[in-house]
Amino acid sequence: MGRLAARIALLVVAVSFAAPFLWVVIASVQPGAGLSAQPTGEFSLGNFQAVLTWETTILPVINSIVISAGTALITVLVAALAAYPLSRYELRYKRSFMLTLLFTTGLPLTAIIVPVYSMFYRFNLYGSVPAMVLFLAASALPFAIWLMKNFMDGVPVGLEEAAWVDGAGWVQSLVRVVGPLMAPGIAVVGIFVFVGQWGNFFAPFVLLDESEEAPAAVTIYTFFSQYGQVAYGELAAFSIIYTAPAVVLYVAVNKYLAGTFNLGGAVKG
Amino acid sequence: MTATALSRPVARGPSGRRRALRRLAPLGPALVLMVLFLAGPILWSLYVAFTNETLSGTNSVSPSFVGPANFVRMFGDADFVNSFTLTFVFVVGSAVVGQNTLGLMIALLQRGRSRATRSTVNGVVIAAWVMPEVVAALCWFSFLAEEGTLNTLTGIGQEWLYTAPMVAVILANVWRGTAFSMLVYSAALSEVPAELVEAAAVDGAGTWQRLWHITLPLIRRSIMANLMLITLQTLASFGLIYTLTGGGPGNASQTTPLYMYDKALRYGEIAYGSAMALVMLVIGALFSLVYLRLIKVED
Repeated sequence: MGRLAARIALLVVAVSFAAPFLWVVIASVQPGAGLSAQPTGEFSLGNFQAVLTWETTILPVINSIVISAGTALITVLVAALAAYPLSRYELRYKRSFMLTLLFTTGLPLTAIIVPVYSMFYRFNLYGSVPAMVLFLAASALPFAIWLMKNFMDGVPVGLEEAAWVDGAGWVQSLVRVVGPLMAPGIAVVGIFVFVGQWGNFFAPFVLLDESEEAPAAVTIYTFFSQYGQVAYGELAAFSIIYTAPAVVLYVAVNKYLAGTFNLGGAVKG
Repeated sequence: MTATALSRPVARGPSGRRRALRRLAPLGPALVLMVLFLAGPILWSLYVAFTNETLSGTNSVSPSFVGPANFVRMFGDADFVNSFTLTFVFVVGSAVVGQNTLGLMIALLQRGRSRATRSTVNGVVIAAWVMPEVVAALCWFSFLAEEGTLNTLTGIGQEWLYTAPMVAVILANVWRGTAFSMLVYSAALSEVPAELVEAAAVDGAGTWQRLWHITLPLIRRSIMANLMLITLQTLASFGLIYTLTGGGPGNASQTTPLYMYDKALRYGEIAYGSAMALVMLVIGALFSLVYLRLIKVED
């Protein structure tokens, strides 16, 4: 195929992928922007000013941070503990266990939420942020343990020997030797889980009351269905504020996750 | 890494069992969480699906066993059949055809291009993927709405989200999810030996022949694994469709996850919703098993 044709095709791809979001970016700095892309050349930060209030943006973003960071923290801690025996010892059912984890990552979470909802309803956990965070951590665990074990396998056991000789148990060995050596891996798992929850709409939409606990994913939808047509510029500004952390964090872990996409090669179990 | 060489010999008897337990202890918290919040709910839905439990009313306190009634009802429920068909259309249209082909095409076109071109294209395609789904829905809403960009550009006065809701959600999902397939195929293509393709070119094979007879067969494992993964992701899709069309107009874009949400959570028909959840879980499990067969897992 001609080089020119390939270049043109890629240009078309880039433009059509950029276009829908580009309008959100432009609309966010245009006073009185409507749904249709009609750049006027005016520039103002008025839309950002208008949405940067406690109820519209600040509280929902804080809620998002609490939910995402809580989930990431619990997931990382629990996954690191679980990865230790899986990485260090010869266990009888290790292979089946790892395969089960991988199998679980494929199950549709949307379907699990029906029984989870009625469980929450029954045990009075509906609207409880901690309970939802535990559920989110549980659903993130299969993939997190898998990733964490692979990172831990990269830390040579020899380095732990000295600690063992000094009489350290596995806890000390994990905290003082393995942990610091795989800090980048831990950060990747944490950020990965954080970004995943940051964008999660379904779980908080279903499991939390429409109240002060709602994260940005839910309030932005409420804003969108109520004022989307009339205050599009403000909605755009809100979207930018909400999207930015996800993009920044993705860029930060991007290169560490590259290996995840190699589906044709062997997966380390 | 061979951790085994260093693990101490396992003694038999009670002390050996104690040591084994001590070694497994760190797995405890993970197992507790996954049993309570994943395995538990799945097993529980397996039971509830065969009862007539509801969220409120008498059947919430004392549900009775109704056998396969919920599953029988599903096949006679025109709304469920509609949702199932729409889910199929959505998965095939946006994932199997849309994301998969477009992702492969972009990955193929990027070979041999300059670094700058590749990172620009990667950047915009991945940006659509990293974006939260609610924002993605919003982008497409402003593009397709009656006073949106598309109508302004073309001068048409169509309310696309009403006249062609499935096309809208499929387009939005292709836009949002293509990055994953593109990344998978970029990784796969980078492992195709260039000499093989060049040799075929020397033998006079054209672009399409090289693609069809050499490149695609070499990456077929990635293609299959990718198809399974994107099918699983698309099957469970809720937020994008819900925020873009709400399943409407009427139930014209109400896929199974949306219908399940409606029945189980809005109308409180937990038993019927659980039966639908089970059907989705079984379908998901089948695809997940095929995926496990396709990839090679090393110890």
